[in-house]
Amino acid sequence: MKPVNYLLLSLLGMSLQVSAQTVVDDAWVRATVAGQPSTGAFMHITSSTDSKLVEVRSPVAKTVQIHESKMANDVMSMQPVSSVALPAGKSVAIEPEGYHVMLIDLVGQVKAGDQVPLTLIVEDSKGVKESIEVKAQARALNSMPMHDHGAMH
Amino acid sequence: MNELLTRRRVVTGLGLLSLGLIAGCDSGSGLSYKYGKDLSNEILGRKFKLRDADGTEMMLGSFRGMMPMIFFGFTQCPAVCPTALARAAQAKKMMGPDGDRLQVVFITLDPERDKPAMLDAYVKAFDPSFIALSGTLEETAATAKEFKVFYEKIPTGDSYTMSHTATSFVFDSRGVLRLGLSPSLSAKQCTEDLLTVMSVC
Repeated sequence: MKPVNYLLLSLLGMSLQVSAQTVVDDAWVRATVAGQPSTGAFMHITSSTDSKLVEVRSPVAKTVQIHESKMANDVMSMQPVSSVALPAGKSVAIEPEGYHVMLIDLVGQVKAGDQVPLTLIVEDSKGVKESIEVKAQARALNSMPMHDHGAMH
Repeated sequence: MNELLTRRRVVTGLGLLSLGLIAGCDSGSGLSYKYGKDLSNEILGRKFKLRDADGTEMMLGSFRGMMPMIFFGFTQCPAVCPTALARAAQAKKMMGPDGDRLQVVFITLDPERDKPAMLDAYVKAFDPSFIALSGTLEETAATAKEFKVFYEKIPTGDSYTMSHTATSFVFDSRGVLRLGLSPSLSAKQCTEDLLTVMSVC
């Protein structure tokens, strides 16, 4: 009995420790109009060890994928990716202009103010996976990104 | 007396003509833009015919008197399309009363999924004055080609996303192509160049 308890405790301790390694800030989803089949989810992820985001799940969509947008010569190109690297201690932006999460085949309209549940699966360099529950706030369809694009160029 | 009148008419005529020249309304003169690209030597978008949400056929001439700003996208686009629409809405506000003459036109590159009513609601969520146009796959391809807009479907499992040119094309109120705005520009930068186009036509 006792060893089992210890094991449980240590497992619990481990999972707590692991959960503390990845921090998600400023998660949001772009609201949709009725009938719009997909939308994007955005956030900042900081992991304390070198790891990668390998999967995202959400009950609001039948399919969730990680895509990457790239802009070259005013052509915006889009590509699904299998993972996003999360270098230790670095805040990685999951944003419209770069890596982003696509919620495809939405089960219903996402309205501004909705709390959209997301589960992020992050894998560390040893292959250990942790799942992080996030509530992303739906922002109005016409929300502009927080920064001013023009200032970057 | 008669001669005088005629002369006056000629002088008035010349005056109007020179005003027109100063105003740069002839399609030959290029304007200098601070941020955008001068497209006055390009002939794009002259012949397209697409439909709005009500099924009304629309072409460049439908926007005569307005300054159309046309760009291409699709509603399942996560980044550049909503950003460009939000930027256009902001620029229209920043232009003040002149903004009333800016007609934002969004052409879908994904008519299979962007059904007219949903597409219309989508663009009007940014500004109620915005217009969305769509056509058949063939009409869409022809329109994109006419604008030299590149687009392609990218398969993603059971679904697809799209890569596409994200330039906004600005015509003056006479339907002459003037300006190309890159998606990397801010609303403020776009506003300055849009007002430059507006100052002459």
